[in-house]
Amino acid sequence: MTLVWAALACALVVPSVAAAASPLLAWRDPVYIAAGFAGVVAMALMLVQPLLIGRYLPGIPARRYRQIHRGIGGVLVVSVAIHVAGLWITSPPDVIDALLFDSPTPFSAWGVIAMWAVFITGCLALLRKPLRIRPGTWRMVHTALAAVIVVGSVVHALQIEGTMETLSKAVLCALILVATVKVVADLRVWKILNRRAG
Amino acid sequence: MTSLLLDRRTVLAAGVTWVGGLIVPAVAAHAQGLAATPSMRGGSNNYLPNAPVVERIGGGGFLMTGTVRRAGDGAPLAGQRIQIWAHTTEGHERDPHSHGATLTDENGVFRMEMPQIVPAFGQPHGHLAYDSGDFKTVFLRPIMASAQDKSLNADFVLQPA
Repeated sequence: MTLVWAALACALVVPSVAAAASPLLAWRDPVYIAAGFAGVVAMALMLVQPLLIGRYLPGIPARRYRQIHRGIGGVLVVSVAIHVAGLWITSPPDVIDALLFDSPTPFSAWGVIAMWAVFITGCLALLRKPLRIRPGTWRMVHTALAAVIVVGSVVHALQIEGTMETLSKAVLCALILVATVKVVADLRVWKILNRRAG
Repeated sequence: MTSLLLDRRTVLAAGVTWVGGLIVPAVAAHAQGLAATPSMRGGSNNYLPNAPVVERIGGGGFLMTGTVRRAGDGAPLAGQRIQIWAHTTEGHERDPHSHGATLTDENGVFRMEMPQIVPAFGQPHGHLAYDSGDFKTVFLRPIMASAQDKSLNADFVLQPA
């Protein structure tokens, strides 16, 4: 049990500490640094989310997994908002280019696509009850959006030459991909599709 | 369309190899129909018009170089003002002290000492502008092959305004 938690702590702490030690920080304003770290935090949380929903983390009461997943989802939305807002303050034209898909840097488009998928997921999570979205529909839509978020964010992060250290960033991205694929496989999300077709 | 792109790429690739003023006049004779350099995406980001002509930007230590030639015959253009800015060890792109301008010499070559460019917004890159009126405005955003590079080159081919 402690081994799983220790491994998770390593997976989250090592890339964060490595980013905190980046030489680039010396030449950045606090707002830019905060924006970058909000992105790092969002990437780290993205690893925790599938682990929670797949109930791979030991020692948590069964009913708690979803509550925590929902809470972290909220923090994820806020992190992405801080990331984009901080970058906007640092260099408005670069962020406007990115949001309009007119940026010279390919990773911007991946990041913006992932951002919208995060925001849409957050909105749908809030509207799930008022709109009476059925559990099967929610699971399909959320899984599709999660796939967009994960792929978009991983490509976004890997292409960036920024404060994240290359190796720890690559390992975190790989873990996020593996955890996401595993939870989608374990929960057999596609069964919902089969059931509807049949 | 493909052939147009290939032509432009060939011209740009050829342009990159023409470093230094001495060989430019010799090459110019073969440069009939030299196409103007298009502005790059994001090139004008954080542009502050009319940056002053300076000896160097900040403390120096990094070298921005390039050439300015005329579209068509490829003749070197002397005395052209090139404005330069970047995120460096001494400031953000938006900081006025990160901006400066320099003039091309008689061979159409410019050189500007500036602080070390550091990666910002995901790439180590610089910004250059020709925006003085005689020729059409061009904004460039060259990317360094490595963040450890101590220099960066960008060439302009301008067409009359």
